[in-house]
This record gives sequence, structure tokens and C-alpha cells, in this order.
Amino acid sequence: MQAANALLRPLRHGLDRWLFRLGRPEPMPITLGHRRIFLLPTGAGYAFALALLVMLVASINYNLSLGYGLVFLLAGMAVVSMHHAFRNLLHLSIETGRVEAVHAGDTAVFRFVVRNARRIPRPSLRLVGRADRRSLSLPAEDHVEAELRYPTTRRGWILPGKVRLETTYPLGLLRAWSVFVPEIACLVYPAPEPHPPPLPELASSVAAGLAQHRGDDDFAGLRAHQSSDSPRHVAWKVVARGGPMLTKRFAGVAGGECALDWYALSDDLGTEGRLSRLTAWALTAHAQGRPFALRLPDATTPAGVGDAHVRNCLRQLALFGAHEKHPA
Amino acid sequence: MSAIACGNSPFLERMKNIRPEPDRALFVPSLWLLITAGITLTPHASHLPPWLIGVCALILAWRGWTLFRPDIHAGTRTYKALVLMLAVVTAIGIRHHFGHFFGKDPGIALLAVLLCLKQLEVGSSRDIRAAVLLCFFLQLGLFFYDQSLPVAAMALVGTLFATVALLALETGGTPLRASLRTSGLMLVQAVPFLLVLFLLFPRIPGPLWGLPADAYSGLTGLSDTMEPGSISELGLSDAIAFRADFTGTPPPPALRYWRGPVLTEFDGRTWRAGRFLVHRQPTYTVQGTAYEYRLTLEPHNQRWLLALDFADAGPEGVFHASDFQVLSGTPVRSRSRFELRAYPETPVGLAEHRSVLAGATRLPTGGNPRARALAREIAETSSSPGETLERMLDALRDMALVYTLRPPRLGAQPVDEFLFDTRRGFCEHFASAFVFLMRAADVPARVVTGYQGGEINPVDRSMVVRQSDAHAWAEVWLAERGWVRVDPTALAAPSRIETGLASALPRGEPLPFMMRPAMRWLRDMRHQWEALSNAWNQSVIGYNIERQRRLLEGLGFEAPDWRTLTALMGGGAALVMAALFGWAMLQVRRRDPLDRAWHAFCARFARKGLQRLPWEGPIDYASRVGDHYPGSAAAIREIAQTYARLRYGAVNDDLAATTRRLTKRIRNLTLK
Repeated sequence: MQAANALLRPLRHGLDRWLFRLGRPEPMPITLGHRRIFLLPTGAGYAFALALLVMLVASINYNLSLGYGLVFLLAGMAVVSMHHAFRNLLHLSIETGRVEAVHAGDTAVFRFVVRNARRIPRPSLRLVGRADRRSLSLPAEDHVEAELRYPTTRRGWILPGKVRLETTYPLGLLRAWSVFVPEIACLVYPAPEPHPPPLPELASSVAAGLAQHRGDDDFAGLRAHQSSDSPRHVAWKVVARGGPMLTKRFAGVAGGECALDWYALSDDLGTEGRLSRLTAWALTAHAQGRPFALRLPDATTPAGVGDAHVRNCLRQLALFGAHEKHPA
Repeated sequence: MSAIACGNSPFLERMKNIRPEPDRALFVPSLWLLITAGITLTPHASHLPPWLIGVCALILAWRGWTLFRPDIHAGTRTYKALVLMLAVVTAIGIRHHFGHFFGKDPGIALLAVLLCLKQLEVGSSRDIRAAVLLCFFLQLGLFFYDQSLPVAAMALVGTLFATVALLALETGGTPLRASLRTSGLMLVQAVPFLLVLFLLFPRIPGPLWGLPADAYSGLTGLSDTMEPGSISELGLSDAIAFRADFTGTPPPPALRYWRGPVLTEFDGRTWRAGRFLVHRQPTYTVQGTAYEYRLTLEPHNQRWLLALDFADAGPEGVFHASDFQVLSGTPVRSRSRFELRAYPETPVGLAEHRSVLAGATRLPTGGNPRARALAREIAETSSSPGETLERMLDALRDMALVYTLRPPRLGAQPVDEFLFDTRRGFCEHFASAFVFLMRAADVPARVVTGYQGGEINPVDRSMVVRQSDAHAWAEVWLAERGWVRVDPTALAAPSRIETGLASALPRGEPLPFMMRPAMRWLRDMRHQWEALSNAWNQSVIGYNIERQRRLLEGLGFEAPDWRTLTALMGGGAALVMAALFGWAMLQVRRRDPLDRAWHAFCARFARKGLQRLPWEGPIDYASRVGDHYPGSAAAIREIAQTYARLRYGAVNDDLAATTRRLTKRIRNLTLK
């Protein structure tokens, strides 16, 4: 079975490339032209065809003129439904939306915006990913956002791979579909260790060297404004540009700095174990508002606080040891 | 915690039982399926046994009720057992009713029950699709019994609703009007395909394999035996037996004798057809006036063609019996057309074989003594068979027999009782008694059954002969004239021959509904309707291999065969497909003037390598573009701001006017 799969895989890739013109991920947005829409009967379609064949034979055998008529009308309906299915996908355009990084074991969410610039509504579409599918229905001249969820198991980049937009509209006899490989990726941080030991206090001289940067009132990002927030902390610049009311967050330092050092961890943990613990620590330090420095064999990040800092550190942890720092 | 949360309330208990069921998603498709099933099954009521119609109606009504009651579960074991039991009981009933399972009638009955029962176990979209296919099968099944225009219209409506049901599976079926519109559009788009295939699909004649024995049961018509009473049932049926379209003037009513089985054997009660030989050519030489006509015969599952007396050799596939019937090679099982010519003045049977004549004078020994005595008396005082005939007719006329469709029952001496006691009867009695008398007088005579009469439909000028025109008359053999037609019924009711049944019956006798004089307007409507049906039958139902060939020859193809047809069909289908593809590709892209203006603005910079990125809003885009053209930055920003305000903001001023100004400004924008 395994061997057969191994033999078939290059064949399938070749088929994908040749028949469906699939290759490298393509930049979004894409628009579905008639060359990238494919049609095949569904199971119900084959059953329908078989029924028509039986009815045709009966009509011939019993010389039923109206029988011929009914069979041909139904066959005509099937042919017409083919064009309706085709038209239901034609000229749709697909964009990708924002992707947020997740931790391994969580679900990566890819957002797609399907846009219908034409005057006909597009009912009963399905967006199908590797492990997830979403039903959508598009009114005329409108767009709709759909999320595809991918379970993650390991850190690094996760790509959605082949995504299919398909429809069995109008009669369920045929499936029209278009496949694309979107140029989009989701960063998967290592899974934080569930019960990590307490944060290491800054003790080592190595860590001391890292602690250059500190400040009580480091700007740490924006969040939605609440009525209890002080007007001094409102991000007025954003408001002036016509944006929403946001409140500036400042990372007050609750404790001393800490250094998260790869080399301070025991070899017994293994690479993933170490990364997992460092991730948990980074998250804890961030939650407590404590500045932390991160040292990995291939990179060192000076101590800091704030969302940008923690994101940067998590990114390094996620891509530790990876050849490519950017998605393929 | 409150009591409600603890689940003590019976209401909440019930709420819990209502699962977030997928059934509700199937509600609309199920409803449409139910309607489709109803439409499909209703016309079947004409041939299904009444108890089965009742069962089907009950099941459908129950289904309709439960559809609106989501609290009744179809999934419980008891429910499934009940449905299974119902299926078994109905199947046994069908077996009992028809005596077997194999054949057209029980097959269609089983399908009908299956479709009804399938409604009860709709649990997935697959069930609905299967039931829709069943509907199509039953639709086809109906065509075994009836291919008339209304049935075709019903089938079309059924197909439309089946489409709506399938569509509802995909879209949820709402809104209703959109579903109906889409289905209707699909149906209309399928029509060209239907036409191409219907006209050009190579027709294959005849059955591909043996048909079940009951395939053609239920076809009505004459029989080849005659007992008093058997034709009186036909006498009241308005059904059409055949049509005749004459190329010239149709023959006068007195010549409209359409010959069916000739009955020569008599056992004292029943007349039966004698033996005859079949030839390709008639045994007589035609002469006199010719009437050319096209006979469109309704199927009756017999070989006789009911041709007008007396036909010439006729086209291929038409045979002549030695008793002058015209026969087809095989029983007529579908509506068939024959181009025939009749020569009513032809003398026939001048050289009739002795054995035939001997058979035509044979009578059972004994019985009907009074009739025999009368015949002997006339024969002894006549000098020739011709004179015997004349005097016999006189004698009958003097008896003042009464023509009626409701004669009294006759006992063991039917001829005597009819002639001397009851004196009331219809054509069978007259013909039977007359032939008996002639044979008793030693003159060869026989009964001929068939149809007499025919009514011209004023709408399409075709002559319609109905089952109520069924008739029996007599033929007498005279040495110098051959077989001579004698219609003894005409003695009592001459108008039966001249104007038909309605005027022949005495006042107060029940007439077929349509024949009543007060129903004139209804008859006119019937004329219209029958002309339409005739056109339908001729052009649609009667479309066959022959007509297909003529159509192609009309299009200029010489000696077309199935290869020509297949090529033409492929070409036609490809054309239809191309048209549909064009329709699918052509989607009007509407842009309002504001969008058009903005698009022109973006296109202008795109040409200079500054495409707007998909995520870029108008303001951002304008500032990026403005960096490249500092001289026009202010103008560009203003345009973008105006656009953003008109598109996304609250518009207070006149949208159209502002849009026009914006368009103008974009056109006049100079880049510095």
C-alpha cells in the first residue's frame, strides 16, 4: 500500500500540473476564468445517467415517443445544469485575508475572501481545504469571507496547499470546481510547555549582557478603547486619521528582567522540549509584563517588552533550525 | 439553580428531544418531492386498482401531515417496522390483485407504492434523489397507458417540480420564486436539446426483446366472436377507433363500411370467425370510383386494419384475407398509419370456393324452428336466391322490428325469440337473425363486423370513427353478383346508417352523453380538442423511423441512414452546447458611473506601473501615487477623497451631479 502510494505520488503531481495547471503557489487574488473550471459528474449524476439509459431502452423497446421525449428532456436538463454549474464559478475572484500565527496543536485559520463582481448570485459554493470545508452563498455583486481551519502538529510554516472552490449547483448531478494553491502561509509557534518551571531570574552574566534595553513606559501596542480608559492614553493620532478610538497600552515592568537561554536548559529536554519551554516562558514573561531576552544557538534577542518583541521571539522559536525563514 | 435548569419542566424535556436535526434542512426539498410524487401519481389513478390508489393517497397525506410536525420522528424502530410491514402487505396485495409480479401492470403498481413509501423514510439528500428518479420512472410508466397531450403536459410540470426539489437540495429552496425561475429557465434551455435529440436520435423499430404478455392488455376494440350483448357495450364508448383522412371527397355515409372480422361459424348462440387464407394481393379486381385515404388506427392488439370496403393491394406490410379483410403483418400495438385506397363498387367473390360457400350455409341441427319454417316457406316459393333475398327483406320489414340498445334478454332460441316475441334488438340481433334466415333458406350468408359511419371533424376535416360506430351487418352470396352487402339494421332504423346512432334510437333511450343533441357546444369543443390531439398524435407520437427519413430527405439528404442521423445529432447537440456556453460566459458586468470613473482613474496609473494593490484603500493609493507625481498630489488626493466619500461615506449632496463632476475632473487630470 505504502509502496503503491509512493509510486502514485509523482504521477498525481504530474496529473495536477498537466490537467489542473497546478504548480507553485500563486499570488492572490486569482480570478476563475473558464480555463480553470473543471466539471465531472457526481455519484448522483452517474445514477441519473444510468436511470436515463434504462428509460431510453424502455422507450425503444416499447416504442414510446413520449418516453424518448422525457429522456431527452432530462438529458437536456443535465447538460444545461453543466452550464449552470460552470457559470456559478465563472469570474469569481478569490483573495486571501490576514493570517494569525498559532501555536502547534492549535488550529491555523486561513481567511479567504470570495468576490462576485457580476450581477448573478452564486449560491451553494463550497470552499474545501485539506481538512476543512465551508459552505458559502454569494449574493450578486458582493463578497463573502470564509475561514478554512487546519489543525497544526508542529512548529514552522504551514501552507494551505491545494484549496478547492466547488459547487454542485443546480441539480447536484455535476461538480464544477477550481483548484488553486494560494501563496499564503501561517506561522506556527512551538506549543508552550503545559506546566513550565518558574521563570529563570536574571543571574548569569550572559543574560546581564543582554539586558540593555529597559523602560517603564514602553509602548506595547493598541487595544480597543473602553470608557474607563484615561483620555491621555487614547491614540489620538489614529482618531485624527479617521480611525477608531484606540487605547495605547504600556508595558509596566512588574518584575526584573529575565533571560531565556537555550544553553541554560538541559539537553535531556531535546530540541523541541527546549523550544517548548522557552515558548512557555516567553508567554509567561509577556503576560507578567517582564522584559526578557532570548538566546538561541543561531540568534540572540536583547531584552524587551511588548507585543512586537514577543512576536519576534516566538517567530525565532518557531523557525529555529529551519532553512527558510520565509514560506516556500 | 432554578427548577428549569434542572430539567423538571415537561416543556424543556420536549425541547431536548428536538434534535438539531438535518431533517429540517430537507424540509423544502421533501415538500417539493411530495408535490412531485402527487403530480406523478395522479394520472396513474386511471389504471391502478382502486384500493392501491387509496393506500397511496393515505401514505402521501400522512407524509404531508408529518412534514409539518417535526416532533414525529421517522427514525424510531417502531416507525421503520411499520413502514416495512406496510410495504410487505401492499406487495402481497399487488400479487393477489394481478396474480403475478412480472409484467407491466404489477411493475408499475409496485413502483407507485415504492415512491409513496420512500416519502416516509426521507432522511438524507440521497433518499430524495432516489425518489426523484422513481418519479421519472413512473412518469415513463404512464406513457405505456397514455401519450396524450394532457399527459405530456403533466409530465412537463412533474419534471419542473422534480427540478425544484433537486435545486432545493442545493440551495435550500428559498426564495420560492427564484427556485421556480431557475428551474423554468433550465427547462426552457433544455428544450433545444430535446428537439435535436427527438428529431435526430436514430429510431430503432420494434421491440429489442420479448415483451411481457400483458404489455398490450386494456386495448379495446372488436372481438372475433359475437354474442348478443357484446357490441352493446361498445355502443356507448366514445373512444376513437381510428381516423381516416381522405385526399378527395369522402364517401357518402351509406358507403362507410369499415370491415373487421367476418363471422361464419354459428353454434346456435355464438358467431365465430371462420378460417381464411392470407394473400399479398386481393382475390378480386378493383373497379369503379376510388377513395384514397390515410388510416390512423388506434392500437387494438389485433391484426385487422378496418379498411373501407374494398381495398386494392395497398402498401408493403398490408395483407388481404380471403374473406376480404385487410390485415397487417403483426398485431397493431401502437397507433399506426396506413395509406390505403378503397373501391366500394368492386364486385367480390364471383368465383368463391365451394368449401367457403358450404361453410356459409351451415347451421346447427335443430333450434329456432319458427325462423326455419319462415325461411323454408320463402325459399320454396322463390325462383332464385336473389328473389329469396328480396322477399326475406320484405318479410323482415313487415315484422316491424324495433332498434334499441337495450334489448330484452334472449333465451335458448335467440333467433325465434327476437323475430317473433321480443322484436327488439340492435345490429347484432338483426345481422344474426338475417344470416340465420338466409342460411335456413339455403343461400350462403355470413355476418361481417366492423364499424359503420364516421363523422367529419370540421376543424381538420379528418373523419373520426368511434367505438360507438361498431356495427354488424350481413353478406349474401349470389351466383351472378358474388358477395353482396345487406344491412338488415337499416330495415328497422335506416337513419343508423345515414346519420348515426343518435338518430336511430327511439326517444327516451339513453344515449352516450356526447351524442345528446343538447350537447352541441360540447361536441364542437370536442372537435377542436380532437383535431389538436390528432395533430399531436400524427406529428409527435407518430414520429418514427419513416418520418425521420422523410424529414432528412426534406432537408436534402439522399438516402439518409443512422450515420447521417448520428452526425447531424452530434452537430446539433454541439451547436446547442456552444450556445449554452456563450450564455454562461456572457454575464453582464454592471458598473455604476462612480465605479467606472474610479476604475478609469486606477487604470491610468496602472498603465504607468502603479497598480492599485488589492488591499489598498483609495486614500492610501492616492498618497502612494501622489509621491510619484508631487505636482498633482493635491488633485489626486482630492479625487480619492471624493471617491471614498461618495462610495463609503454618508452622501448629502446630489450623488449623480457629484459623480459627473468627479468623472470630469479625473478626465482632465494632468500629471506633473
